Amino acid sequence: MSRIKTVFDALRASGRKALVPYITAGDPHPQHTVALMHALVKGGADVIELGVPFSDPMADGPVIQLACERALVHGTSLWQVVEMVAEFRKTNTTTPVVLMGYLNPIEARGFGKFADYARGAGVDGVLVVDLAVEEAPEIAPIFRAAGLDCIFLLAPTSSAARIAAIAEQASGYLYYVSLKGVTGAATLDIASVEAKLEEIRRHTKLPVAVGFGIRDADSAAKVGRVADAVVVGSALVSQIEKHQNEPALLPELLTQQLGALRAALDKLKS
Amino acid sequence: MNNQNLPDARGHFGPYGGRFVAETLMEPLRQLEEAYNRLKNDSAFRAELDKDLAYYVGRPSPLYPAERLTKSWGGAQIYLKREDLNHTGAHKINNTVGQALLAKHLGKTRIIAETGAGQHGVASATVAARLGLKCVVFMGSDDIERQSPNVYRMKLLGAEVRPVTSGTRTLKDAMNEALRDWVTNVDDTFYIIGTVAGPHPYPMLVRDFNAVVGREVIRQSQDMLGRLPDALVACVGGGSNAIGLFHPMIPHAAVKMYGVEAGGLGIASGQHAAPLSAGKPGVLHGNRTYIMADDNGQILGTHSISAGLDYPGVGPEHSWLKDSGRVSYVAVTDDEALAAFHELTRVEGIIPALESAHAVAYGKKLATQMKRDEAMVINISGRGDKDIFTIAKREGIELLK
Ligand SMILES: Cc1ncc(COP(=O)(O)O)c(C=O)c1O
Repeated sequence: MSRIKTVFDALRASGRKALVPYITAGDPHPQHTVALMHALVKGGADVIELGVPFSDPMADGPVIQLACERALVHGTSLWQVVEMVAEFRKTNTTTPVVLMGYLNPIEARGFGKFADYARGAGVDGVLVVDLAVEEAPEIAPIFRAAGLDCIFLLAPTSSAARIAAIAEQASGYLYYVSLKGVTGAATLDIASVEAKLEEIRRHTKLPVAVGFGIRDADSAAKVGRVADAVVVGSALVSQIEKHQNEPALLPELLTQQLGALRAALDKLKS
Repeated sequence: MNNQNLPDARGHFGPYGGRFVAETLMEPLRQLEEAYNRLKNDSAFRAELDKDLAYYVGRPSPLYPAERLTKSWGGAQIYLKREDLNHTGAHKINNTVGQALLAKHLGKTRIIAETGAGQHGVASATVAARLGLKCVVFMGSDDIERQSPNVYRMKLLGAEVRPVTSGTRTLKDAMNEALRDWVTNVDDTFYIIGTVAGPHPYPMLVRDFNAVVGREVIRQSQDMLGRLPDALVACVGGGSNAIGLFHPMIPHAAVKMYGVEAGGLGIASGQHAAPLSAGKPGVLHGNRTYIMADDNGQILGTHSISAGLDYPGVGPEHSWLKDSGRVSYVAVTDDEALAAFHELTRVEGIIPALESAHAVAYGKKLATQMKRDEAMVINISGRGDKDIFTIAKREGIELLK
């Protein structure tokens, strides 16, 4: 069974919500990423979404754009990101890691080669932002064959037909983008999120994570009430940006920051 | 090989094209495709578009026999397709007039566009002014500097020019930013993409709106020569002026076609914007196509003297036409383009855009290898007024203090 499924099954059984932090690998420097991943686990991460930096992150807001630029200054490559996961796995064999990024860096290495290398390193899933479900039939099966879960995005604009098609190709969990916009936007309309999640759940039994617009304990709790998992990205990456020149402080800061969201989610426990 | 009926239903040209965007944009793109497929066969829409092209853009543009140039080059008969004479001074208006009509039919109240040289920004601001729509143009901050006359024109037309400071601060980053704006304001906003790139249906509809150029050349060369030309030459940035000229003639196998990319400081230098000549297939801005990227898949910075060609990707149909061998893609350097700019200006009294000067430069090389009774059409995609500051600066002349 996949590590992602194991984690979500256990959470479901205990009535808890998953906390899914995102950071960009290589930010502020490749040598810190593994320590930051462990810090996220300490802060209560159930799944880690590790961003693969890309030169043209068209679905990301300024915070993650800059994170990509910081990571790329140090030449952070897809292969290095996979190696970071291998390093992380030396001391953590339970927390699922999902690589999140754009198609071109993967395509440049070859889908099959990437899938095997990533799986071998202990990567559990991939979320390719610009891989729409229509283009996935040639690519997603390669990832799946290697044992990687394929996580897809759903959006406020997704029609019922699209939701059905996406649910069919997805495994692990689904990632609902809570708003029309890029990462880091700050307008969360919880009523519309709730309504859309209801629609999504008519098409799938997979856990549904909600991301975009979650910054703190308060917004995490609001989303946690309706979603299976809460994704927080730009708020963490902003913290990394702020302390990029004092990286030694970052693990503790991230643990604390995420810990506040963890506490808020655990209070929801029925 | 002569397949003119692409893209397929999924927006693919062979292995190229498609729709590689985040989920939020998939449904709006489907709606755009559906609206376009409905309207393109609607006689009222066609009539409205034809009227705009005739009375607003000023079509047809002349096919000009360049006799002095022909004589001076001493080879093929040279004809210049005068897209520089269109309203706003480039082929870009063919597309913006069409997309603006789509925006109107879809009830959108806000137009966004990306621009490199500023020609597409001006053409978008122009149609937005005419329809009373709000207009925001994204432009790399480096391009704002080298194309300042067009920046001012856009502002005069009532558009907001938003500087893009991320990445390489040129056209590709402007396109990223426009996509980000669109994803955020997708309900009221129409994104007018300025070239045959981007996710399906853009490469198809931008091509269709520019294909008026090639259709006119077919008619005009029948009238003037009694036959089709032997060779077509056009510059390729994203590839809209080139595909507009080429597409209607794809089935006519005897017509040779040449797409001219920006060779910058030379292909060997790596400082260029020639993905078809020196790149490899990948995914950028929503489609699979030839791109300039490093071994890790990161998009490379480009260089061209011409802002409108300074783009690391190219329309997916060109990738298909390259692989199929139907079109030859070549590159000329900054210096060659600059020399051609001066030559056309002095010999024919036509100041071409630096983009178009790339086509002229290759046309010269090709003409001398052709027979005197053969005919070549070079697309003068735009006029060079916007470039005079760049050229003066490069030649050490100070125009304004
Ligand atoms: C005059 C002119 N020609 C050509 C181009 C390149 O675009 P495309 O390759 O889409 O024709 C531009 C772009 O700005 C332009 O302004």
